[in-house]
Amino acid sequence: MATSEVKVLGSWPSPYAMRPRIALNLKSVDYEYIDEKLWEGKSQLLLQSNPVHKKIPVLIHGDRKPICESLIIVQYIDEAWSSGPSILPSDPYDRAVARFWAAYLDDKWFPAVKSVGVAKGEEAKKAAIAQVEEGLALMEEALGGCSKGKGFFGGDEIGYLDIAFGSFLGWLRVTERFNDMKQLDEGKTPGLVEWADRFSSHAAVKDVMPDTDKLAEFGKMVIAKIRAAGAAAEMH
Amino acid sequence: MGDGNVKVLGAWASPFLMRVRVALHLKSVEYENIEENLLEAKSELLLKSNPVHKKIPVLIHGDNPVCESLIIVQYIDEVWSTKTSILPSDPYERANSRFWAAYVDDKFFPALRMVLVGTTEEAQKAAMAEVLEGVVLLEEAFKKLSKGKAFFGGDSVGFVDLAAGSLLAWIKVIEKFTETKLLSEAKTPSLVAWADCFSTHAAVKDVFPDVDKLADFGMKLRAKLLKAAAATTN
Repeated sequence: MATSEVKVLGSWPSPYAMRPRIALNLKSVDYEYIDEKLWEGKSQLLLQSNPVHKKIPVLIHGDRKPICESLIIVQYIDEAWSSGPSILPSDPYDRAVARFWAAYLDDKWFPAVKSVGVAKGEEAKKAAIAQVEEGLALMEEALGGCSKGKGFFGGDEIGYLDIAFGSFLGWLRVTERFNDMKQLDEGKTPGLVEWADRFSSHAAVKDVMPDTDKLAEFGKMVIAKIRAAGAAAEMH
Repeated sequence: MGDGNVKVLGAWASPFLMRVRVALHLKSVEYENIEENLLEAKSELLLKSNPVHKKIPVLIHGDNPVCESLIIVQYIDEVWSTKTSILPSDPYERANSRFWAAYVDDKFFPALRMVLVGTTEEAQKAAMAEVLEGVVLLEEAFKKLSKGKAFFGGDSVGFVDLAAGSLLAWIKVIEKFTETKLLSEAKTPSLVAWADCFSTHAAVKDVFPDVDKLADFGMKLRAKLLKAAAATTN
């Protein structure tokens, strides 16, 4: 398959943009990666490909219309390249559990991580941190249930929930660094600590996981902008 | 796992519950319907079945609870896979269906809700503008997805029909309260026709809430939420 047949429109600091790339790597599908510098404005290609949300990531597969929303893209990749390793579990209940936790992470947990950085006042910050830690405790338990003793949420191999959760590790590490704390902690979340290492060093992940230092620099810039604008950042 | 023991925990006024019940009807699956009172304290069963979000609907299949309405609908589609399909079979069409269902949940429904429960006139007006923009987008999406047939899913009720159709009763309530037509022959003719097909469908009509009853519930819900909002700002 020609490289230009599959394109991913993304942005290197975005956890969401990592997801389709990891999925394509797992399926050994070649693709062209187009990086958007969102803080400089949105390209024509992005605005044309995702007119409804104007957000990355976007997957463009051959002649078909673009596919948007990171987890929808991951499911599409799993279904379109069905001969490769499966990303979603095969059992309907396991699939529902994986989807549930991925939705929880996107709708509740990661917004809490983001709010730690821009929380106004000590109390708000403490509340956000507590939410983050509560979420990690839930995920530690979920890991036990989903992995069934193996190395990943997906079992022997990286799956849907590994991709959904693992893509947030960079920003979690940056948040730990900025707030001088350990949220992924050997004492409280030993399973997740080991899983995080395994995930980050996986062949399908390591080249698309942003360097924590670089991400921290970017994070400082984003926080400064947010504080200045008093509005939420445009990252999806 | 076959038909086993199926229970649904929900509330008659909830559009999210409606999605689950219609999906089960489409698959001819028998289930026990357990009603939760949204205006009162949450039941033990709810807190046990959905400890993370404490929200309905919850599907309890045998010993397994499944939460989040669209996740439940996909579960139903996959377990009872020999019956009529809710999601299309082609991966691209599936992605498209998921996209529009997500649009309804992430953008359209919050705006609709804000029209009803917004605490300031400004917030309600802004939300109304979003809703009116949203129905135009959904009209376009309908034309593309339906391919000239009666439903977003084509000949049969599909994933996007469930996502959007479950909001129709609330849309009627808001049209009543605001004296504004959200769906109209002039701007969204396809959706007007679709709304009729959906609400009268055999799998839907028995769980489509009575609009007057829902309007009454809407007033009580709004009062409850406004009271809670006032309490937290004091």
